Amino acid sequence: MPEAAGNPVGPGAGAGANGARSNGAGAALEPVIGLEIHVQLATATKMFCGCELSFGEPPNTRTCPVCLGLPGSLPVANERAVHFGLMIGLALGAELAPRSIFHRKNYFYPDLPKGYQISQYDEPLCRGGRLGEVRIHRVHLEEDAAKLIHVGASGRIHGSDASVVDFNRGGTPLAEIVTEPDVRSPEQASEWLKLLRTTLRQLGVSDVNMEEGSLRCDANISMRPAGTSGLGVKTELKNMNSFRFIERGIRAEIERQRQIIESGGEVVQETLHFDPASGAITSLRSKEEAHDYRYFPEPDLVPVAIDDAMRAAAQAAMSELPADRAARFERELELSADSAQLLAYRGELGDFFEAALAAHADPPAPAQALANWIAGELVARLGDGEDPADSRVQASALAALVGLVSSKRVSVGAGRQVLDRLIAEGGEDPAAIVEAEGLAAIGGEDQLGAIVAAALQANPDAAERVRGGNEKAIGPIIGAVMRETKGRADGAEVTRLVHAQLGI
Amino acid sequence: MIELSAFDAAAAVRDGSLSSGELFEAYRARAAADRAAGEDGLNCFTWVADSAPDRAPASASGNGAPAALSGVPLAVKDLFCTAGVPSQSGSRILAGYEPPYTATVVERLTEAGTALLGKTNQDEFAMGSSNENSAFGAVLNPWDRTRVPGGSSGGSAAAVAAGLAPWALGTDTGGSIRQPASLCGIVGMKPTYGSVSRYGMIAFASSLDQAGPLTRDVRDAALLLRHMVGQDACDATSLEFPEEIALPSAERLDGVRVGVPEELSGEGIEPGVSEAFQATLARARELGAEVHDVRLPHAPHALSAYYVLAPAEASSNLARYDGVRYGLRAADADELLDMYTRTRHDGFGAEVKRRIMLGTYALSSGYYDAYYGRAQRVRTKIAEDFRAAFETVDFILTPTSPTVAFELGERTGDPLSMYLSDYCTVPMSLAGIPAISIPCGLSEGLPVGLQIAGPAFSENRLLDTAHALERALSFDGSAARA
Repeated sequence: MPEAAGNPVGPGAGAGANGARSNGAGAALEPVIGLEIHVQLATATKMFCGCELSFGEPPNTRTCPVCLGLPGSLPVANERAVHFGLMIGLALGAELAPRSIFHRKNYFYPDLPKGYQISQYDEPLCRGGRLGEVRIHRVHLEEDAAKLIHVGASGRIHGSDASVVDFNRGGTPLAEIVTEPDVRSPEQASEWLKLLRTTLRQLGVSDVNMEEGSLRCDANISMRPAGTSGLGVKTELKNMNSFRFIERGIRAEIERQRQIIESGGEVVQETLHFDPASGAITSLRSKEEAHDYRYFPEPDLVPVAIDDAMRAAAQAAMSELPADRAARFERELELSADSAQLLAYRGELGDFFEAALAAHADPPAPAQALANWIAGELVARLGDGEDPADSRVQASALAALVGLVSSKRVSVGAGRQVLDRLIAEGGEDPAAIVEAEGLAAIGGEDQLGAIVAAALQANPDAAERVRGGNEKAIGPIIGAVMRETKGRADGAEVTRLVHAQLGI
Repeated sequence: MIELSAFDAAAAVRDGSLSSGELFEAYRARAAADRAAGEDGLNCFTWVADSAPDRAPASASGNGAPAALSGVPLAVKDLFCTAGVPSQSGSRILAGYEPPYTATVVERLTEAGTALLGKTNQDEFAMGSSNENSAFGAVLNPWDRTRVPGGSSGGSAAAVAAGLAPWALGTDTGGSIRQPASLCGIVGMKPTYGSVSRYGMIAFASSLDQAGPLTRDVRDAALLLRHMVGQDACDATSLEFPEEIALPSAERLDGVRVGVPEELSGEGIEPGVSEAFQATLARARELGAEVHDVRLPHAPHALSAYYVLAPAEASSNLARYDGVRYGLRAADADELLDMYTRTRHDGFGAEVKRRIMLGTYALSSGYYDAYYGRAQRVRTKIAEDFRAAFETVDFILTPTSPTVAFELGERTGDPLSMYLSDYCTVPMSLAGIPAISIPCGLSEGLPVGLQIAGPAFSENRLLDTAHALERALSFDGSAARA
């Protein structure tokens, strides 16, 4: 990174140019982040043999001569994996290569039984494309390595008493998705990965479970002066297995590089490991130690030739993608752009929303109101990332509640109390809760008018100031009404009555 | 009984005039005796069956009739995986290794009725042209025990020549069937690449390896090949053979145009071999063939390209022998790298190490285009040369080997002179086309081989041509069986 090296940016210089950092010191550096995502494909069998995929079976029970790399065995590419790869390509708007080939990536490690991984190199299955604001570089297919378990204190192969290999995972099909370096912050990385995960889940091509390793992410990170277009020396942060770790890992690495550059040093190209427990970043290997993978075309396989039928089959298998769903929400349901995107990108919220709409509540729940309740009140009451379908709240019950609130039969405040009950206990009929708890809105000139009159009387100073044109002074009056009605009054109706009784 | 061809023996078993058990035992006893003779034997076998298989396989038609090749014993090159039977590819690193599965081509031949007689000695991982690179010792040539049988399928060739097996399976990467067939005075054929499944063949160079028959005559080669070809779901590079392999019957070559490439028949060919080759061309003319000069301008570069491509693939194919899962593991290694290096140091022979290093170098970053990339382009040019030649001639004829069998130890100190043994056979391997070697005479009392090559999938016509010439030449190989 010649521009920055030896020319550290002083504190405060260019402050505000970069929102990723709050304290402003050295803010003229911006991070440039590219992501590599490994997705385990949900095929029935492995990438190059007929073994079923393994889900926690006893070690080495899902193996055969091919995935054990026995002498004389040969790989045969899994047609279903190619199909899934094409679906991913279509979903990302990538160009599907009419002809792609497999290469051998050669290196020695005990989890790699052939001494090479069959992957794709310079002729991948898909090229280009975009998801959200991030451009896609390529999508290719490869096989997963086996699992190593190290016995002894070190937990790593060096210094372990013994290491054993479980080949059940070896040969599981992977799609590797590589982005262009378009990501600019840790938060953006994790948000974008959530969108990718939703997209892949929607396609049905993977379990996309980060904890179980069916979605794994590496990040390539470099720094450059904000506003420039060059690329600095990058490091590769390996194998982060949760959205939180990704954010924390990238943030830590950005900080590490910033300190190096600001103190006049140079970032060294290397592969790094982020330890989420300690927050420490350690080097796995430097550029000098980098493997020469000696890629060459895999002579045991024939090229993957994509014909019209394969393309059409992939196209036909596509379900609605998040971006298309957001557009539909805006177009057909007239949701705001923000609501539409939130519900579409968090697919489980979108599913809950559509289920609620389909319940045809009476009185009806308007789409935007329903969207607001789900994105606001409901999400706030659920655990981080929890699927509302897994909660006690039924979509039809929420729709009924939103219908009651929208028709002003229940106030917003009372509605929140009903939702608390639905979260805690479930139930199909919010109206019954309203009835039982006496939460029905207090409205009408008679009942609510008397309470408003009493509140005005109790707050003569405030009433005077409102009459004099100070709208903010209405607060204590409304507060008194709400206390009296236990939140069952509609705020707008109370304001109207205050104004009417004060003759303004 | 030993003098019967495999075809005649199979017919005798089918019509009941010969018991398959007796046939098997006759060969088994000879093979076992050779093995037991140690240094006084030919050292053709690395394993010999104790007894005939329990039951004679019935034909696939299910009518209870004996299968086509009923009970005919088959010798199989060590590198074919045979379940529960040592399959070591001539290497110390696989010493004692018994695979859990059987190679597709061996399965097919077993279904057709052949009985596994033994596993034959070979150059380690099929790397060699003299069978001196075997962890299980050199094989001797039955025509002259001071000489090599050729390689890498040397055990198979010597066993068939010496009458220790009626026929055998070999593999050919750059000449490993044809050259030993030539040096041992028998028939050896490398089929079109992709026509025989490679599943279960311990790989040397995947884009070149191909299984084929080693037999006493051309009809036996056709018969064995008939039951070998066919697409295999376990080998993505295998193809459905477009027609059944027929038994050859041609006696004349009227109208057949054969081409003789100066590049593979002139300089470097030993005079005695040249004489036998010219005499064979004269015989072909007598049978009605037209003999033309053809050019294969890139053929002289074939050996250089081959010694980049084959080692490159081998360096990767042999990476799996790391001591982790099977085969040799160096004892007392104190960490992973130590275990890898000591296992491979102890397990591989010198020629294998040489080729792994050559191949690793050729694939290295920064050298790939200059070596592997350029060799691939030469390979394409050579295939184009053959295509162009086959527009004017039906077949190409060359000597199979530039020399007759050489003396044991003569070339072991000079790898380049050893590599020249395959000068005439490597171009066909790079082009993926079929080629057969048949004995065409003697020079100084040792067999000379004629190579006939044809376009892809021309096996039936190739076998017919070889049959007509074989008949006219009436080579007598019985001396080696004495």
